[in-house]
Amino acid sequence: MTDFLHIKNIRKTFPGVVALDDVSFSVARAEIHTLLGENGAGKSTLMNVLTGLYHPDRGEISIAGERVHFTSPRDSLAYGIGMVHQHFMLVPAHSVFENILLALENVPNFFNRKKYQEKIQNLIDEFDLDLDLDTPVWKLSIGAQQWIELIKLLMRDCQLLILDEPTAVLTPQEADRLFAVLRRLKEQGKSIIFISHKMREVMEISDRVTILKKGCSLETLNRGDFDESRLASLMIGQDKIPQWQKTLQMSDQVVLDIQGLSVRNERGLSDLDNFNLSLKKGEILGIAGVAGNGQKALAEVLTGLKNTNQGRIMAGDKDITNSNARYSYIAGIAHIPEDRKTIGIAPDMSIDDNLIMKSFKSGLFRNWIFQNKRAIRRNAAEKIAQFAIKTGPDGTPVRYLSGGNIQKVIIARELSEHPAVLVALYPTRGLDIGSAEYVHKVIADGAHRGMSTILIAEDLDELLKLSDRIAVMFRGKLIGYVDPRKTTREEIGLMMSGETPGATT
Amino acid sequence: MKLVIERREISSALLRFSAPIASIAVALFVAGFLLLASGVSPLAAYKEIIIESLGSLYGLSETLVKTTPLIFAGLGVSLAFRMQIWNIGAEGQIYVGAMGATWVALFSGIQNHWLMMTAMFFAAFFCGGLWAGVAGFLRARWRVNEVIVTLLMNYIAILWVDYLIYGPWKDPKGFNFPLTAQFGDAARLAEYFNTRMHSGFFLALFCALLLYLFIERTVWGYEIKVIGSNQKAAQYAGMNTGIAIFFVLFLSGAIAGLAGFSEVAGLQHRLQHGLSPGYGYTAIIIAWLAKRSAIGVVIVSFLMGVLLVGGDSLQLLWQLPVAFVYAFQGLILFFLLASDFFIIYRVKRVKGIAHA
Repeated sequence: MTDFLHIKNIRKTFPGVVALDDVSFSVARAEIHTLLGENGAGKSTLMNVLTGLYHPDRGEISIAGERVHFTSPRDSLAYGIGMVHQHFMLVPAHSVFENILLALENVPNFFNRKKYQEKIQNLIDEFDLDLDLDTPVWKLSIGAQQWIELIKLLMRDCQLLILDEPTAVLTPQEADRLFAVLRRLKEQGKSIIFISHKMREVMEISDRVTILKKGCSLETLNRGDFDESRLASLMIGQDKIPQWQKTLQMSDQVVLDIQGLSVRNERGLSDLDNFNLSLKKGEILGIAGVAGNGQKALAEVLTGLKNTNQGRIMAGDKDITNSNARYSYIAGIAHIPEDRKTIGIAPDMSIDDNLIMKSFKSGLFRNWIFQNKRAIRRNAAEKIAQFAIKTGPDGTPVRYLSGGNIQKVIIARELSEHPAVLVALYPTRGLDIGSAEYVHKVIADGAHRGMSTILIAEDLDELLKLSDRIAVMFRGKLIGYVDPRKTTREEIGLMMSGETPGATT
Repeated sequence: MKLVIERREISSALLRFSAPIASIAVALFVAGFLLLASGVSPLAAYKEIIIESLGSLYGLSETLVKTTPLIFAGLGVSLAFRMQIWNIGAEGQIYVGAMGATWVALFSGIQNHWLMMTAMFFAAFFCGGLWAGVAGFLRARWRVNEVIVTLLMNYIAILWVDYLIYGPWKDPKGFNFPLTAQFGDAARLAEYFNTRMHSGFFLALFCALLLYLFIERTVWGYEIKVIGSNQKAAQYAGMNTGIAIFFVLFLSGAIAGLAGFSEVAGLQHRLQHGLSPGYGYTAIIIAWLAKRSAIGVVIVSFLMGVLLVGGDSLQLLWQLPVAFVYAFQGLILFFLLASDFFIIYRVKRVKGIAHA
C-alpha cells in the first residue's frame, strides 16, 4: 500500500478553542478510510483543512509524497482532493449534464457536447448508475443526486474522495448501492475518506478506521482489529453515558389524530398528501422516512408554523385544524426543530435569554411590563445544572456553544413547561454519543410522565431503540405502522421507498 | 506570499469598541486633505470647530440645539436597527411630525400651554409613526423592502410640507415667503439662558432613557431583540413577528417625528421650507456609530452637533461650503462600514503554493 495522503501533527486553533490539537493519519491508494469521532472531535475542521478552507497553524500535509500548502479549495482540487458535502451543490432546474459540466474547469466556449456526454455516459455505465443525462435534477431522488456529485469529482479526476455522512439522506437500499459504487472506486485505486457515525456502515465498508477525539487522532485500526463495541468505547473514552431503561408505554387514549391532511409547498407540490396519523398518550411514535418526504411539513403543521390545505387535526375530541383553538393548543406542543441554529435559537443572545424564549411572557419571568432579570438568571442556572450545559461566562452568546450544548439549551427550554406533546425532528443529529444518549433519556423520561412524542429521525437504530411504534412516511403519505420489536431493517427500508407492506399492525 | 481573508470566530470587545473611534480619526485625517485642498490648515479648522461649538455658552447652546433633533431621529433609527429593520426615512418622518404639530399649533385653538404641548407632541408622534407605519405594514404583510419605502416616502413628506407652506398654510402676512404664520406663545417650548436652547433637549434625553429601559428591561424589548437576532426563531417561539415589525417601525417613525415637534415648537415656531437640513440622514450615521445603543445615540448626536455648529463657523470664516460637513459625515460612515469588515474578518499572510 502506498500512501496517497499523509497528514502529520496538524493543529488548528480558533480564538479560545483548540479545534484540532494533534492529528496524524494517512490514506493509502485503493483504501476506504473511515474517520470516526463524536461531534466536536474535529472531523469537520479537519475536512476544511484538507479541502483548503482553513489553514492549519502547524503540521504537514503531503500528497503522493509531496508536501503541500492549500490556500483555497481550488488548490486542493488541483491535487485531486474532492468532497461530497452533506448538502449537495446542484442547480435543481438544470439537467444532470449541465450540472456536471458546471463543475468542470477549462471547458472551451464552443465545446464538443457529444464528447463530454460520451465521457460522462461512460462513467455512468461503468458504475452501473441509473441516471439519464437530460433529466432535470429536481426530478431525481436524493440518492441519484448524490451520484451526480460523485461523477462531478470523477470528471475532475479526483484521486481522493471525501464523503461527509453520505448515508444520512439515503434509504438503506440506496446506501447499499452507494457502497457498491465506493467499492468499485476503490478497486480502481481511488482513496476514499468516509465520515459516518453509524457503526453498522463503518463496520461494513472500512478498510481502516481512525478515531478522532478532542482534536487528536487517537488510534488507527486495521480491518479485523475492530468491532462495534471497541470503536464505540474508543470514541467515547471515559465520558459517562447516562443509563436509562426503555419501558413500553401503551395507552389507548389518542391525544392527536390527523386525518387526510394535505399541505402544499410554495411550488404547489404536496409536502403532505392525504396523511393520517394517530398519537397515543405517553407513547413515543417514531417516524421513519428518507429526509424530504414530508417530515418537516408535518412538524411545522403541528407546531403552527404552517397552515393546512385539507384534512383535520383532532386533539382528543377537539378540532384544532385551523381554528384559533389550535393556537392555544399549540402552546402545549413542544418542538425540537430540525435546524437548530437557524430556527432554534437567537444566536446573539445569552443562554438566559434563549431559555425563556417561549415563556418570556409568563408571570414567572416578568413584573408588569418589565423582565424579572433575577428570575431569568435563576432559571438559567437551574437549567444549566440540570441539563449539564457547558457554557462560557454569564452572558456568552449562545452561538459560541457547541452543537450538543445548543441542543441541550433548546431541549431544556422546550421541556420546561411539561408539554403534552413533543415533536422532535432529528433531535440527536450531529450530537456526540454522550449527548445523544442524554437526549434519548430525556425523551424516555418524558414519556414516562405521560408526554407523547413524535420522533422524526433518520437513524433507524435510534428509532428502533426508542419508539413504541414506528410510522413510515413516503412522499407525504403514511405507508404504514410497524412494531419496532418485530420488524426488520429491510422491511422498514422497503416501506421507506414507498412499497406498501404485506402485513402491518 | 499571499493574503487570505479569514472569518474571525470571535471578534474582540476591544476591537468593537475602538472601531468607531478609529473611523472618526481616519475620517478626520482624510478630511484634512479636503481642507488643505481648499487652502485651509486642517489643525486650525479643527481647533475652530471645537472652540466655536464648545468654547462659549452661546456655542454650547447652539450645539445642544443641533443635538436635540439628532437624538430624536437617531433614537428612532437605532430602535429599528435593533430589529434588523432599516428605517432610512427619518428625514421624512421629521417633516410629517413637524406638520402634525404645526396643524395643532395653528388650527386647534387650544389656549392652555400644557394642553397645547401635549396635543402637539402626540400629533407629531402619531404622524411620524403612521408615516413609517406604512413601510412597516407593507414589510410585515407582503415583505416589501422597507429601505426603499422609507427612503422614497421622504420625498413625499418633504414635498407635502412644501405644498402646505406654498399653498393652504402660507402665512397671509408673510410677504409670500414659503412659511406658515408664527405659533402663539402656548405652542412654544421653554427657552433658556437667553439662547435658542429649548426644553426639547431635555425631552430628548428623557426619551433616550425611556428607550433604553424599553429595550433592555421590558418584555417588548426582549421580543425585539429576539426578532433582531433571529426572526425565524422568534416565529417558532410563537412571537407574532408581523405585528412586531409594524409596531417597531411605527415607534421608530414616531420618535423621529418628535424631532419635528421639537424643531417647530422649540426653535422655528413655524413650519417652513427646509426645516431639517438632513437630520434624518445624519441619524442613520449616528445609529450606526452608536452600535444601536440608546446612550450611544446621545453621545454621538452631541459629537455630530459639534460638527454641525463648527462647520457653520468654517463657512463664515473661510467660506468653506456646507458640503464639507456632509463630506466629513460621509467619510465617517464610510470608514465605519469598512471597519466592520476588519472586525468580522482578519487578513492573514500565508505561503502560497505553485498550482499543479
